[in-house]
Amino acid sequence: MNKPVALITLASLAMTAALGLNASHTAASPSSSAPPSGSITVSAAASLTDVFPMIATAFMKRYPGTSVKFNFAGSSTLVQQVIAGAPVDVLATASEPTMSKAVKVGFVGRPLLFAKNSMAIAMPAGNPAKISTLSSLNRSGLLVAVCAVSVPCGTAARDLLMRNSVSVRPVTLELDVRAVLAKVIAGEVDAGIVYVTDVKSVGSKVSSIAIPSELNVTTTYSIATVNESGNSTAAQAFVDYVRFTTSAQGIMRAYGFAKPW
Amino acid sequence: MVSHSTRGRAPWFLVVPALLALLLLIAPLLALLTRAPWGSFTEILSSPVALDALRLSFITASIATVLATVLGVPLAWLIARSGLAGTGLARTLVLVPLLIPPVVSGVALLAAFGRRGTLGQFLYDQFGFQLPFTTAGVVLAEAFVAMPFLVIAVEGGFRSVNRQYEEAAATLGASSWTTFRRVTLPLIAPALGAGMVLCWARALGEFGATITFAGNFPGVTQTMPLAVYEALESDPSVAIALSLMLIAICVVVLFALRGNLMRPLAST
Repeated sequence: MNKPVALITLASLAMTAALGLNASHTAASPSSSAPPSGSITVSAAASLTDVFPMIATAFMKRYPGTSVKFNFAGSSTLVQQVIAGAPVDVLATASEPTMSKAVKVGFVGRPLLFAKNSMAIAMPAGNPAKISTLSSLNRSGLLVAVCAVSVPCGTAARDLLMRNSVSVRPVTLELDVRAVLAKVIAGEVDAGIVYVTDVKSVGSKVSSIAIPSELNVTTTYSIATVNESGNSTAAQAFVDYVRFTTSAQGIMRAYGFAKPW
Repeated sequence: MVSHSTRGRAPWFLVVPALLALLLLIAPLLALLTRAPWGSFTEILSSPVALDALRLSFITASIATVLATVLGVPLAWLIARSGLAGTGLARTLVLVPLLIPPVVSGVALLAAFGRRGTLGQFLYDQFGFQLPFTTAGVVLAEAFVAMPFLVIAVEGGFRSVNRQYEEAAATLGASSWTTFRRVTLPLIAPALGAGMVLCWARALGEFGATITFAGNFPGVTQTMPLAVYEALESDPSVAIALSLMLIAICVVVLFALRGNLMRPLAST
């Protein structure tokens, strides 16, 4: 983002190191004496399905006695679940607008931006429909899957197509990005617009086309504690761990997520 | 309700759980009423998305019911009457789609009729025709999930028919087709009616197999339940309005069925 944020980050890392604590930098954090323990449930965007369990493993190693469970779905679904009172402790969405819906109604604490993603075109392995560019997605008879605009990957796909003036009539509007990816892997569609990280996570099961950054769109991931969390210490520790530790951020990089700052 | 069906005073250990059961079944539906956006109800239901979904749901559920009837009645006859080896197994197999999670049905349909599926690949290679993402795919998913209701109801009907009528018709020189059409079919009409209505209602409510196999696109594959699910992500009040519409349809169907039409099911 910008310098002040980077400085705050550094300062908080320094404090973390000095105090041996991870929850010392936000006013929202409760008493900072007890180390995090017990179990938390993290509601996370579908595109975090592969990376978050790795981060959780590192987190649980860092804080013995904690355990992390996950609830993966489309970000909008997760927000509605939190608003409906789902017993979760942390919310991580694939875009800021979805997170701000939960912020506006006062259901989560102050969100932190922790990763950035951009879009790619995924095709079934071997690219049977011989798609070569983004603009070739408008070829008639081509079966293209995208997300519904109610979820972040759908908004991003719509923006991507608009930005490049490509008009595509998709055959299906899936409700999370993993559903798009699954239809591509199964070969039921010729192409799907997914995140760069999705393509990376499934390796050779799909072929893909990278989109140059000047033509691409990005989405910024946001994480916050849920106000009604029954374990706010561990929830805050997880949020801070994801955002501020080099080990969590290193794992994010390894899975292809970019820095949001 | 409970006390009417038992003679004298109903024992408390049956009445209490019975009332709890009733509460469990009805309370969520009543709660939905308290959340309904009554002010904007007509506006929501006359939106293009809702109208498209409603129209598509009616059309696909009706075609699926016709398909299930044309294929399911002969199957029910085969199971109830043919005496062929393996009909017991067939009857069990018919129940499988009824019991497995609909999303599993969707995965199975993809394996069979998907573009890379066992049969689907042949269809696609030979005719360039594919079922996923088409309205025909929705009909297939609905028929797959809903046909067992019809087969079971009609099979019960066949079993309860007094065969003397059919034998009498045959003795009087009627061909087997005439006997079936003029004697057997009228006798199983109530069972057939009940089976068709249940099949239609189940098809109307189909979600998991449809979204897995046919995808989700307004006007093509987005039926009412899919529209409800998508609306839930962006505007829950729209989801509630659409849900109430579906519930209202089911209640109307059940009221139409109470009385004669439901009776044959009790004998199955």
